[in-house]
Amino acid sequence: MITALTLLPLVGGLFILGLCRTRDSARLAAVTFAFLSLVLAVLLWFGLNPETPGMQFEELHAWAPSLGIAYHVGVDGLGVLMLVLSALVVMMSLAASWANEKQGPVYFGLVLLLEAGLFGTFTALNFVHWFIYWELSLIPAFFLVRLWGGPGRARAATQFFLYTMVGSVGLLLAFLALYLATGKFDLVDLTQLAQANQIVPSLANLHLRISAECLGQWLFWAAFLGFAVKTPVVPFHTWLPATYAEAPSETTMLLTGAMSKMGIYGFLRILLPIFPQQMQHARTPLLWLAVATIVLPAFAAWVQKDLKRTFAYSSINHLGYCILGVCAAAQFMGPQAELGTEKAAALTGVMLQVFSHALTAAAIFWFIALLGRRTGGQRGVDDFGGLRKVIPVFSGLMGIAIFASLGLPGLNGFPGEFLIFKGAFPLAPWATSLAVLGLLMTAIFLLTVIQKVFSGPVNPRWEAMADLTTTEQLAVLPAIALMFVLGLYPQVITGMVHGTILQWIGGLH
Amino acid sequence: MNPLAGCLLVSALLFAIGLAGAITRRSAILVLAGIELMLSAANLNFIAFWRFGPHPEALTGLIFVIFSIAVAAAEAAVGLALILAIYRHAKTSDVSEIGEMRG
Amino acid sequence: MTWIVNYLWLIPVLPMLAAGVCALLKQPQRRLSATLAIGSMSVSFVLALIAFAEALSHPAIQVANIHWMQFGDQWVSLGWLLDPLAAVMLVMVTFVGLLIFIYSTGYMAHDPNFTRFFCFLSLFAGAMLGVVIANSLLLLFMCWEVVGLTSYLLIGFWYHRPAAAAAAKKAFITTRIGDLGLLIGMVWLYAQSGTLLFYDNGSGCLEQHAISALAAHITIFGMVVSTAIGLLIFCGAVGKSGQLPLHVWLPDAMEGPTPVSALIHAATMVAAGVYLVARVYPLMNAHALEVVAWVGATTALFAACIAVAQNDIKRILAYSTVSQLGYMMLGLGVGGVAVGMFHLITHAFFKALLFLGAGSVIHGCTEEQDIRNMGGLRRFMPVTFAAYAAGTLALCGFPLFAGFWSKDAILHSAHGWGISRGPFYFGAIGALLTAFYMTRQVYYVFFGPRRVPEAQAEPVASPRHPAEESVIADPHESPRVMTTPLVILAVFAAFLGFVGTPAWPWFQSFLAGQPARFDIGGFSEPGLMALMGVSSLIVFAGIGLGWWLYGCKPIVNATDPDALERLAPGPFHALANRLYVDEIYEATVIRLTRFASAFSAWLDRWIFGGLVNLVAWIVTGFGWLDLGLDKYVVNGGFDMGCREVSLFGRFFTRIQNGRVQNYLRVIAVALVILAIFLLWGHRG
Repeated sequence: MITALTLLPLVGGLFILGLCRTRDSARLAAVTFAFLSLVLAVLLWFGLNPETPGMQFEELHAWAPSLGIAYHVGVDGLGVLMLVLSALVVMMSLAASWANEKQGPVYFGLVLLLEAGLFGTFTALNFVHWFIYWELSLIPAFFLVRLWGGPGRARAATQFFLYTMVGSVGLLLAFLALYLATGKFDLVDLTQLAQANQIVPSLANLHLRISAECLGQWLFWAAFLGFAVKTPVVPFHTWLPATYAEAPSETTMLLTGAMSKMGIYGFLRILLPIFPQQMQHARTPLLWLAVATIVLPAFAAWVQKDLKRTFAYSSINHLGYCILGVCAAAQFMGPQAELGTEKAAALTGVMLQVFSHALTAAAIFWFIALLGRRTGGQRGVDDFGGLRKVIPVFSGLMGIAIFASLGLPGLNGFPGEFLIFKGAFPLAPWATSLAVLGLLMTAIFLLTVIQKVFSGPVNPRWEAMADLTTTEQLAVLPAIALMFVLGLYPQVITGMVHGTILQWIGGLH
Repeated sequence: MNPLAGCLLVSALLFAIGLAGAITRRSAILVLAGIELMLSAANLNFIAFWRFGPHPEALTGLIFVIFSIAVAAAEAAVGLALILAIYRHAKTSDVSEIGEMRG
Repeated sequence: MTWIVNYLWLIPVLPMLAAGVCALLKQPQRRLSATLAIGSMSVSFVLALIAFAEALSHPAIQVANIHWMQFGDQWVSLGWLLDPLAAVMLVMVTFVGLLIFIYSTGYMAHDPNFTRFFCFLSLFAGAMLGVVIANSLLLLFMCWEVVGLTSYLLIGFWYHRPAAAAAAKKAFITTRIGDLGLLIGMVWLYAQSGTLLFYDNGSGCLEQHAISALAAHITIFGMVVSTAIGLLIFCGAVGKSGQLPLHVWLPDAMEGPTPVSALIHAATMVAAGVYLVARVYPLMNAHALEVVAWVGATTALFAACIAVAQNDIKRILAYSTVSQLGYMMLGLGVGGVAVGMFHLITHAFFKALLFLGAGSVIHGCTEEQDIRNMGGLRRFMPVTFAAYAAGTLALCGFPLFAGFWSKDAILHSAHGWGISRGPFYFGAIGALLTAFYMTRQVYYVFFGPRRVPEAQAEPVASPRHPAEESVIADPHESPRVMTTPLVILAVFAAFLGFVGTPAWPWFQSFLAGQPARFDIGGFSEPGLMALMGVSSLIVFAGIGLGWWLYGCKPIVNATDPDALERLAPGPFHALANRLYVDEIYEATVIRLTRFASAFSAWLDRWIFGGLVNLVAWIVTGFGWLDLGLDKYVVNGGFDMGCREVSLFGRFFTRIQNGRVQNYLRVIAVALVILAIFLLWGHRG
């Protein structure tokens, strides 16, 4: 089932790259394949039993047993959440690309390849092919930015690719060291070893000059680098504003909606379970990094002149809450068992926030894409004014998305942020209190955007701008409706992941 | 002067004559004859060192010389055949004329 | 009748549904949207009355809780409750809301965005009712934020005016500063007590068990945890209720349509902060309440001072609202829930009345808001004038009017407060100023000759009728749909106070859950009559002062300097400029934030990005270096080596000339050399 899910977009992508000559056939094929993937992902969602601990739908085939490499896939609450999320974001991105004449058959093929990489990353349970997917997803993303981006695309795409690659090198080295020490590449096995406190003793087998504890810490930081660049965590984020701004908005939807979630997924699937002691040990600097990730980009977003850069910084800020939740949950629990509740709250909040940010950010960049198509690429914060009068439906719907991003209760942003703060506050009071500043700055810069773009006198240049067509409205409305559903009834997600989270809490000492 | 020294002197003379012949004569046959002379000098040395050496009972020198003579015979045969072939080809047996192997 | 408790959620949900439907309507469907909004509000009002009756018969707190979302093995629960406090608020909000809805159909009749207005208004009503019935701090917070959103949307309703857009943003952000305190207080409370439900059969966070647990913890600065949490929650109330130092948004919020100012920024939303403090009153211990009282008293006096020197009819009322909210906080701090809430209820009626009256005046004067340009309106708008006068007297605390009883209860409590007499004096001076500035306003607006400013000779495009040109005509009375709510509210403003007099403290007993007794002896409490006399004297003094300065000599010219300005120009200008609070914030907090933003962007670009670029440059430099090495050292060296080898080979080809005898010669020479060498060596 999972293999089929991963293969579907792969086959689709190759099919489009190989056979589709016209734009129409390519986009039709792309949407069909993406829709089938979404259906499969949703089937998995409903097929998953949230009460059962551990992985489900597992497939395990020997590959190179002597090297500890096996084809091992499976999902739990987190995995299935990520699958549905990425399928959804890809669907949204394709819908946004539907009417963009610049993007030809190759574009659609690459998007599907990217989706295959995402699915693979979110389901693989053996480091080797997990890493292959992890790196593979970069390639289509690079070409999407490089070939269809804005004027500075060459530099942005290169920076994006290289920066992420450098991060991955740390990750790869860390796992090679783990393999040499334990002889295992399987993430589930490594997790079990970590829970039994066997990883650090086995590191002594490497006979290096430094102590095993110290080496473990180094390995943690090396692996952290990979995810920190991908997510990103301040100060490893500088590739992001340029890339998000230069990529076509439809690709930015994919980058922020799905690819940035790979970093958070790594934190949850790899760092937290495999390096628990190291993470506890590094908790204070990590918390400060999380606070910096929340606060600094929120401040920086306020002075950006480019809408896409503003929302790029906003994206960093929102993922910062996830980092805060994860780092707070890494706290050493010891005898205070009641802290487990707070950890569960923080991690549930992270899950909600991941999903909701994907939805919101993708929607916002979708709106920017629609706006860009109407203005021929204008996207300066000061280039507009009074758009509410000219395009009321567009403004209203984008306003909803912006307020969702701001964390307004009733929309999808709030439950996640609340749970993160609820869980993180008792675990890390000072960091959480500082992080609240981020909430304030988010409000300030988002409202500034609304004020400058939608309010005030109408800018005479845009007096004749066309409002959303019925087709566009129909395409956008499901996303908006989902925002309300998740805001009013977040149990849709929390009910799916609570088993997974309880299992993690059991594993974290 | 002991007998070994005499033998060696003769052998050295023989070698020198052979070398001089091989270097100076133009006819390939005479060059070959010079080489045969040098070979004989070597054989003479073998015999001399065997006969006057520490283990004259072990017949090694003699065996060597017999081998050497057999090989020399074969060599002479092959050498003469080669010279004949070259002569047929180049219409001369003057080694200074035959500077190149190309046919 | 417990079904009403289970279905209490209908009261907020109905207006919200109406808002949802209105959002989908097209602009021409005005009648439908107004009908939906007013209809849902009427049903909510009826339900609120039923709930009120239920609360009358069962004064105990009744709750209904539901699971909302799960984390691990725990649930986040939400819930609603019915107790006298909530019931009173429900009736007040639905009733005042309904009247303002009806009034709005007249006031906004010509607005092109009529349906959107009712959509926002209904959403506001729903969220506000949600705040009222919430049995969970989380649900309260959620509705509280939605209320903030609707306030933002309605202040910025005329979004094409930059001032309105800026005011809306300012309101949202300023209140959000307070809300962040509330958020932290909330998560802290959650962490300490394990629940955010107020009442949950003994395990709620406002019940004895949790409260005593909270009081036992000591946190930083030697504060008890419950004090810290109480103060953080109070931060939210400070933001929402426009208390010092977060009051700056409320006067600017007058950029919104006047019914909005009446409903949101006078009667209900701004009172939500007071309601919040009343709701979590069990959490507030003496230390927290001391802070509440001082903040309230300071705000009451401070805002009353500023109101004296304002010229915009709505701004005067806005500062008056800030001041009255200060009184409510003072009442909560020194007297308890009933004292503060009583003033909240009476204030809601008379302040809504005053705002609607001001709206009627503005409507009649074709969007004129400057009181210097009005005058003599008594003759043109008699109904409005009568209603406005009733509201003014109630606000001033004229004996027997509603405001008299409620304000007197606050001053009485403040007088008896054991900690300090300061708040009492603040409140008393505030009362004097209140009477003074209201008298000033009434004389400016309704008395004297009609004043038309020269500036208005040229037509000004009004925000509500951007297409039409405003014409200078005589002011006219507003239509019946607007005056009827005024009259109804005026009746309440005059007589509502009688439900909470010292002789018949029905309101106070109801909130406390006790039956009320009529006892004329209530007045004989020591000091009470004297205090009432004093406060009446203060009111008369204020009104008299106002009459002396503005009434006895009619104001003829719009450009004449204010009477007070002639007396003391310096303080008057300071007050007219709102004591420069906005400017101080602009120069400090806002500038600091801007600096922090610029610094972050700089950090991003030159430090974080710079470091990465530096690394990139270094790596690129290594690349160039490597390229140079390759090109000139490795490649060049190899080429040169090859050339040497080939030269060497060419040299040797000369020896290899095919002459066999040459080779032999070489061998011979070598042999000779070898022999010589060996011989030499042997000898040596």
